[in-house]
Amino acid sequence: MNQRTANHLKELEAESIYILREVAAQFERPALLFSGGKDSIVIAHIAWKAFYPAAIPFPFLHIDTGHNFRETLEYRDTLVKKLDVKLLVGSVQESIDRGTVAEEKGIHASRNKLQTVTLLESLEKYRFDAAIGGARRDEEKARAKERIFSHRDEFGQWDPKNQRPELWNIFNGRKQPGEHFRIFPISNWTEMDVWQYILQEQIELPGLYFTHEREVFERDGIWLAAEPCIRRKEAEQPVHKQVRCRTIGDITCTGLIDSYAYTVEDIIREIASSRVTERGNRSDDKRSEAAMEDRKKEGYF
Amino acid sequence: MNKGYLDMELLRFTTAGSVDDGKSTLIGRLLYDSKSVFEDQLEAVTRASSRLGSAEVNLALLTDGLRAEREQGITIDVAYRYFATPKRKFIIADTPGHIEYTRNMVTGASTADAAILLIDARQGILEQTLRHSYITSLLGIPYVIVAINKMDLVDFSREVFDSICNEYKSIIEKTGLRNVRFFPISAKEGDNVVNSSGRTPWYTGPSLLEYLEQIPVHTEKGGTAGRFPVQYVIRPHKETFHDFRGYAGQVAGGVFRTGDPVTILPSGTTSTIQGIYEGGQEFSEASTGDSVILTLTDNVDISRGDMLVQSHALPHTGNTICLTLCWFNPKGMSAGGKYIVRHTTCELRGVIREIRHKVNISTLEKVTEHDGVVRMNDIAGVTLHMSQPLKYDLYRTNRITGSLILVDEFTNETVAAGMIEA
Repeated sequence: MNQRTANHLKELEAESIYILREVAAQFERPALLFSGGKDSIVIAHIAWKAFYPAAIPFPFLHIDTGHNFRETLEYRDTLVKKLDVKLLVGSVQESIDRGTVAEEKGIHASRNKLQTVTLLESLEKYRFDAAIGGARRDEEKARAKERIFSHRDEFGQWDPKNQRPELWNIFNGRKQPGEHFRIFPISNWTEMDVWQYILQEQIELPGLYFTHEREVFERDGIWLAAEPCIRRKEAEQPVHKQVRCRTIGDITCTGLIDSYAYTVEDIIREIASSRVTERGNRSDDKRSEAAMEDRKKEGYF
Repeated sequence: MNKGYLDMELLRFTTAGSVDDGKSTLIGRLLYDSKSVFEDQLEAVTRASSRLGSAEVNLALLTDGLRAEREQGITIDVAYRYFATPKRKFIIADTPGHIEYTRNMVTGASTADAAILLIDARQGILEQTLRHSYITSLLGIPYVIVAINKMDLVDFSREVFDSICNEYKSIIEKTGLRNVRFFPISAKEGDNVVNSSGRTPWYTGPSLLEYLEQIPVHTEKGGTAGRFPVQYVIRPHKETFHDFRGYAGQVAGGVFRTGDPVTILPSGTTSTIQGIYEGGQEFSEASTGDSVILTLTDNVDISRGDMLVQSHALPHTGNTICLTLCWFNPKGMSAGGKYIVRHTTCELRGVIREIRHKVNISTLEKVTEHDGVVRMNDIAGVTLHMSQPLKYDLYRTNRITGSLILVDEFTNETVAAGMIEA
């Protein structure tokens, strides 16, 4: 028989399990937004624990910009097979082809912002009433104020001034037809908690998180992958470097950092001594001081 | 790899203060001095400070998140902050102090193990101090830190500090607060926040952060009687687990062990705990806060909203309860109002039978002569009648099974928080 341990990770995990079970109980058609990043990987692991020996009672939804790292897609496909969950993909390319969004122009073009439209289209198409995401409150100032059960109106918009109060562990997921909820089960986790949990639970991650050699170029002080989906200026010459991703998103906005971290322990040591937040390497947040707040109001993750 | 780092305790605390008491600055100071602020955050704040015409870095900007707040210079909602020391991980529920935002303080306080109440040393105790102290006591926060701030502006005067502490004692008496400690601080300059100050030689206690690292956690959570609200029924329908029927939930009080006799409420059926599971592992016990799956020796009919309790310590059951309500919605409430009641994992319908009194939170008087309407940010004693019997504990013995929320049937908004008194 196993002895239960009590520490901050156990307490955070218990809270997240509780939240995921509330989602399964309170909503008819929830989906887990799976990006292939470590936060959604951790949620997938917690969801497995929450319902085992039953299968996870909701599908995974991946919003695919078409600019993904190959490793992310391989990891995703292996994981859904292992967990025996259904994978649905919402394609930004299809939204572009349909004409519901227009590709950004210029060298800073990214499909990151376009994902919002594809996400809302996918939620509508599959009639999802709850979308589980991996956002954490420590990531960004606007996220610090978001509820765990975050209400969205029929346009998918967030109204930061009119959020439902969340008391004790009682979550109110009641809604009108056409509205939905975003659910953030790891709201109270920090980047360090996530990594410590990955270590404790020995969760397998895509190789992108660990040091590897890659062709990169520098833009605005950030290393970006030299891939065809990012147009480079003439001066932006690619170089080979030992790098890793601190967060993983679309290739166009995922900054890589100089790193020799081969293991999760190495990464934890690296973060403990880091002087820059993980989103400091995200070019999408650098657009303006209120960039995240604006995107969230429109219905971003 | 230091494994000790994986084994930290978690302390949740809330902060309350009046406008300009320096609450955001205190939180900024805790984050900054505990080295939880990263360079890019500091750069952004430095840029914003100079744009707003401030020569020095305004630490409050580290926490004032939304654009409207930055423009108006006020905090408008509950924001959660995180930092860690080698001893503990902390979650701060940062709530605004204005009168119109009582609901946010109640929200932040509901999950807190400790509360920091800020007092401006120049202003002393204000009406809002009493209000915040009352809410802290109402929400049953076990540890209270009274931080007397801006000591730098009163020349670190011991007399000023002592007289505020003395005056506060009447509030302790009125509210019944427990475990109250006083700290002379300057959030802006850092005195006694993280590091002890040389400018208050007469103060020999710990710094505020040192105290936060010492407060016992999990001592009062959930009381001692075994409570397990059923969230979800696990039926795998797989060949290997064909007959498995488990009840998923988070232990809301006490400790459950295999072999324990349990009673299922509301049916009153009894059974015995056969197994305790989590993520495929089997355990011999589960205690307050653990999210587990329980199996029973008997095949009984149990669904979400039922509660498994230890048979030797049954909770109260009944259709009519007395509770203290904090009202959150612009639309007021009067006797006869019908609402959806959410209590643990259970949802039922309820009607307000009587508004027994409203609390004047400037004097803490229970006013029985009132206009019959409970408005936003009011606190009232009411009688609630429900469609089915509720199984509950009193809030002062269990913060989970003793609390509930009211939801508007038409807008689905959470309109009130309730603490069961009798």
